Amino acid sequence: MPSIADPISGMRLADAKDASAAAAAAPAVTPQATSERELRLDLFRGLALWLIFIDHLPTNILTWLTIRNYGFSDATEIFIFISGYTAAFVYGRAMLQVGVVVATARILRRVWQIYVAHVFLFTIFLAEISYVATRFENPLYTEEMGIMDFLKQPDVTIVQALLLRFRPVNMDVLPLYIVLMLFLPLILWLMKWRTDVTLALSAALYVLTWHFDLYLSAYPNGVWAFNPFAWQLLFVFGAWCALGGARRMSRILAPPITFWICIAYLFAAFLVTLSWYLPQLGHIVPRRIEQWMYPINKTDLDVLRFAHFLALAAITVRVLPKDWPGLKSPWLRPLILCGQHSLEIFCLGVFLAFAGHFILAEVSGGAGMHFLVSVTGIVIMCAMAWVISWYKHSADKGASRYKSAGGNADLAGGAV
Amino acid sequence: MKSGFGTVLGLTLLAGYLAAAPARAGDPEQICDVPSNLLSTESKLPKVAEAVRSGQPLNVLVVGSRSSTIPSSEGSAYPAKLQAALKESLPSTAVNLSVEVQGARTTEDMGGGLVKLVEEKRPTLVIWQTGTVDAIRSTDLDDFRNAVDAGIGALQQAGTDVVLVNLQYSPRTESMISGSPYLDNMRVSAQEHDVPLFDRFAIMHHWNDAGDFDLFSPAHGVELAKRVHACLGRALSKFVIDAAHLGPAQQN
Repeated sequence: MPSIADPISGMRLADAKDASAAAAAAPAVTPQATSERELRLDLFRGLALWLIFIDHLPTNILTWLTIRNYGFSDATEIFIFISGYTAAFVYGRAMLQVGVVVATARILRRVWQIYVAHVFLFTIFLAEISYVATRFENPLYTEEMGIMDFLKQPDVTIVQALLLRFRPVNMDVLPLYIVLMLFLPLILWLMKWRTDVTLALSAALYVLTWHFDLYLSAYPNGVWAFNPFAWQLLFVFGAWCALGGARRMSRILAPPITFWICIAYLFAAFLVTLSWYLPQLGHIVPRRIEQWMYPINKTDLDVLRFAHFLALAAITVRVLPKDWPGLKSPWLRPLILCGQHSLEIFCLGVFLAFAGHFILAEVSGGAGMHFLVSVTGIVIMCAMAWVISWYKHSADKGASRYKSAGGNADLAGGAV
Repeated sequence: MKSGFGTVLGLTLLAGYLAAAPARAGDPEQICDVPSNLLSTESKLPKVAEAVRSGQPLNVLVVGSRSSTIPSSEGSAYPAKLQAALKESLPSTAVNLSVEVQGARTTEDMGGGLVKLVEEKRPTLVIWQTGTVDAIRSTDLDDFRNAVDAGIGALQQAGTDVVLVNLQYSPRTESMISGSPYLDNMRVSAQEHDVPLFDRFAIMHHWNDAGDFDLFSPAHGVELAKRVHACLGRALSKFVIDAAHLGPAQQN
């Protein structure tokens, strides 16, 4: 796992200079990491992972619990923001303590891991689609089966997939994440110089994206479902919060007026969302506002979505204090564990969504089965998170060394 | 917040239960009921209403991709069933129907030829089914939206009524084709042009959830397709008649 703790466990192999630098760095990080471990981040990232999994399954009862049905933003915003936050927290410190080059090297190793994970998921997708293509011939869906056409030219498709240009459904988040992480060294390096200027630059890029319609093209046509030029804003904002921004924001967040503005905005967003599902309510949204508002663009992270996320975050931070005793409760433990191993659990979630689709298709598609598949998936995710954390703390050879690093393995492992 | 979630969960469960509960008798007409909210629209079909009221023939043109037909049994596909149902509901009106299936063509490809088709066939009503090919090829959403807008605009300009038909609900390919952004854009576009949208996706989804049809079925036979299309044709006929305000009560 990519982590501050890595050089410690690999100390014997590393050259002396690097090792001593890392060793010197570790104790400096440890007290902060342990005392400041933000369980809220883990909690909500775990929640985002569950919600992403549920949203990737066909619509069922649990889908109605996911936040995208109650407002503009969804779990992706939470995931990207927290990822920016933790990545900056872990690698930002590394950059200060062991220098730009080593920190960059570690980030690049992380990027490689995410890339490999993505390719692994693509392989599973290929297996599923090839199976369905050969087994399923319902005349009702001859047209939809056209999606299999790409199997006819694997030479092009697979290469495009390796270039991250061909992304099947539900496989859009990791490529976005790879690109964002690839630019993390630059972001952190700029932030080391001036955090506020970096955030301003990021916002400027966001504005330019909207103004000049910047995008990354995809294969066979279309664009990246999550435009990195726009979504970087959320990532950089997360990083900015991690590097001191959150503390300074508290002055804006404290007055009750902020709280009520957020509540009002969330309520308005809720009404608008409601009007999508109950067309009878269509008239509650004035036509003028409707014309101005639609379409709410997910690809380019619409301002409405961003604002919705900010409002949610502002209220969460206020309602759930850092030292809320519930964070230690065993009931929330599974969520927190999932959030602490987010890359693994994210990939597992995408895999389970494929598997879930498959079971629903092969066994039965009833509402009961849907529910069972969703719940089973979440239980598997939690069990896997528990196993991973057991490995890290107990089963790995270097467990004692990890422990001496004060739980840092966890934090960095969660640095997805 | 917690009690809000609880309420929503309760309502959802209740709704799911109610939707699944009614025992379905053997009556084939009853088998594919469509909840009235899925067939209600605020947009109107004035040209259709006028033609029927003045005793002129009702010329319907269905333009669509391959999901508007069933391979090798076109007579059982929804357009033919729509014609039969319209004739039954409007006994004093001559209902002519032609179908223009344009397989593997995106909305933009199709849109270009619409005006020419209308000039040839002089329809009162064009039923335009689209979106599937775009979703498969993941056409850029802005391009898609513009193409739908342009197509509807051209048809309205040419003087016909328009009904938009969206994608099929296809659970087997749900993990491979992302339909929802295309569904959303079609809904918005229909709303903006004040055109009735026949929500084929939601209707088929409802049938699958309610147990009318098992759309996950890997069956190779053509029977399921025929039954689904028969139900779609009937529902579409009801939708057209309602949107044209030609219901029994409104027909003098």
